Amino acid sequence: MFEHYLSLFVRAVFVENMALAFFLGMCTFLAISKKVQTALGLGIAVVVVLTITVPVNNLLLHNLLDEGALAWTGIPMLESLDMRFLGLLCYIGVIAALVQILEMGLDRYVPALYNALGIFLPLITVNCAILGASLFMVERHYDFGESVVFGFGSGVGWALAIVLLAAIREKLKYSDVPDGLKGLGITFIVVGLMSLGFMSFAGVQL
Amino acid sequence: MGLRNFIDRNISPHFHEGGKLERYYVFYEMFDTMLYSPSSTTRSTAHVRDGIDLKRVMITVWLAALPALFFGMYNAGYQANLQITEFGYDPIPGWRTDLVVMFASFDPNSALSNFFHGAVYYIPIFIVVYLGGFIWEGLFAWKRGHEVNEGFFVTGILFTLILPPTIPLWMVFMGISFGVVVGKEIFGGTGKNFLNPALVGRAFLFFAYPAQMSGDAVWTAVDDFSGATPLALAAAGELDYSAGLTGTAATANEMDLTWMHTAFGGIQGSIGETSLLVIGFGAAVLLITRIASWRIMLGMFLGMVVLAMLFNAIGSDTNPMFDMPWYWHLSLGGFAFGLVFMATDPVSASMTDTGKWIFGLLIGAMVVLIRVVNPAFPEGVMLAILFGNLCAPLIDHFVIQANIRRRMRRREA
Repeated sequence: MFEHYLSLFVRAVFVENMALAFFLGMCTFLAISKKVQTALGLGIAVVVVLTITVPVNNLLLHNLLDEGALAWTGIPMLESLDMRFLGLLCYIGVIAALVQILEMGLDRYVPALYNALGIFLPLITVNCAILGASLFMVERHYDFGESVVFGFGSGVGWALAIVLLAAIREKLKYSDVPDGLKGLGITFIVVGLMSLGFMSFAGVQL
Repeated sequence: MGLRNFIDRNISPHFHEGGKLERYYVFYEMFDTMLYSPSSTTRSTAHVRDGIDLKRVMITVWLAALPALFFGMYNAGYQANLQITEFGYDPIPGWRTDLVVMFASFDPNSALSNFFHGAVYYIPIFIVVYLGGFIWEGLFAWKRGHEVNEGFFVTGILFTLILPPTIPLWMVFMGISFGVVVGKEIFGGTGKNFLNPALVGRAFLFFAYPAQMSGDAVWTAVDDFSGATPLALAAAGELDYSAGLTGTAATANEMDLTWMHTAFGGIQGSIGETSLLVIGFGAAVLLITRIASWRIMLGMFLGMVVLAMLFNAIGSDTNPMFDMPWYWHLSLGGFAFGLVFMATDPVSASMTDTGKWIFGLLIGAMVVLIRVVNPAFPEGVMLAILFGNLCAPLIDHFVIQANIRRRMRRREA
């Protein structure tokens, strides 16, 4: 069992890295990667959000939305009800509520990080990496334990990618990039090259 | 001094300010500094005087790679000749074979024939790489007003040595173009990139043309050849580490394989990577002149040994790569070449001393990890080093932060 969770974790971090294999969560990934410290803060915020939302959405799916999930109520009418079409709405709702709580917490206890993240903290709500993880969880039929590991793992993978990118961008401050490519242009190319480096994990069978 | 005077009097004025070829100064400067060391020095105060400059560093690396180049050329010809005479393959029809027929033979016992057969494959690759690289490097230098840098000579020779001998020449051009432009020039040229340009070019070819570059069918310069690389044989469980080939490989058209073969380099593979012996010579040169970092080399070696032993100890019934001993990991594939020439690239590696240890260990471990648990790639050195390059800035960042914290504490105490 432990081995299964470990392989799921490694796969979520490296092989199926949210940012560098699926290119999810790109807007925040590109915008908040100028400094390692800020990137690390945002990375941790994403890990926290993912680790909580994916399992919560998993519970939601299995106890409310899935076909026949409402059987526990004992009401015959609900027993064969399939409400998965409401999934997207519910998942986003859970994510938005959680991010709101996280934002209030950060504002109260880590104001420096709260100010550094700025508008991008509430924007985690619409970060596709977060919703993506929940949708992957549905698509791949993870159970509760798996969804905890998967949420945590994909968060760590995304955080690793953004911190690596931030360190590279700090180093590239000393580069002499052509005018037309300065800023986002060169960052896109850097992300592409990083993804090339992460290809070393593609195909790992665990 | 005749040439110097001739250049100064008849050629140089045209390229300097006011001359009619002023716009092409970078090209003049490149050839001039290739022939003579420049006489200009730093004008302001406080600079270190040392006999070694970037140009001399690059030339030393270039010379250190030469033994691998010549041996690779010989070996490419030897492998082809061996397959032709021993196993009855036909040479690839074309002008290369015509040249070999005209000036040499297909005799694997004749050193000259082997060398010549290898040269007809290697020399065109070499020319295309340097021509392609020169075009891009020159174009960027000319348009952006920096000097053509010697860094390219090293990138060029290393790039030729990690290619298979039978690669089509247009592909060579694509690879070096991608490597030089995207891997280096768009970041501002030598010293400003964050990945090894030669490896970027090679990885681009690897993923863009997987059918030709897949890495599990080797590239011996004979017609219709299909055999597996030693690493792929090992992954298939057909290599006994003390007795040589086993199973179907022993009966098929494969050369026998012992560790001594792989150490001397009489095996199939990319041009420059086969021989542990000549790469070791290059390593000695780089270490004695202190151009390459011994920390990175030792770290990468130790990372590989430790993880290989760990896998040996774990063992596996289904995956024969678990049992590969560390000295086979060292001698097969591109490990030695990557260790000596690729990972030690001072631009893309970690800058701090502690960082170099971590960087080396990470790459060494990644190589074994990819070879053993990733069935998609039989070889992992190139990708492992690229991954190491990605992590290098972050490693440096944390090493520097730790150092700052340590000194702060010392000050407070």
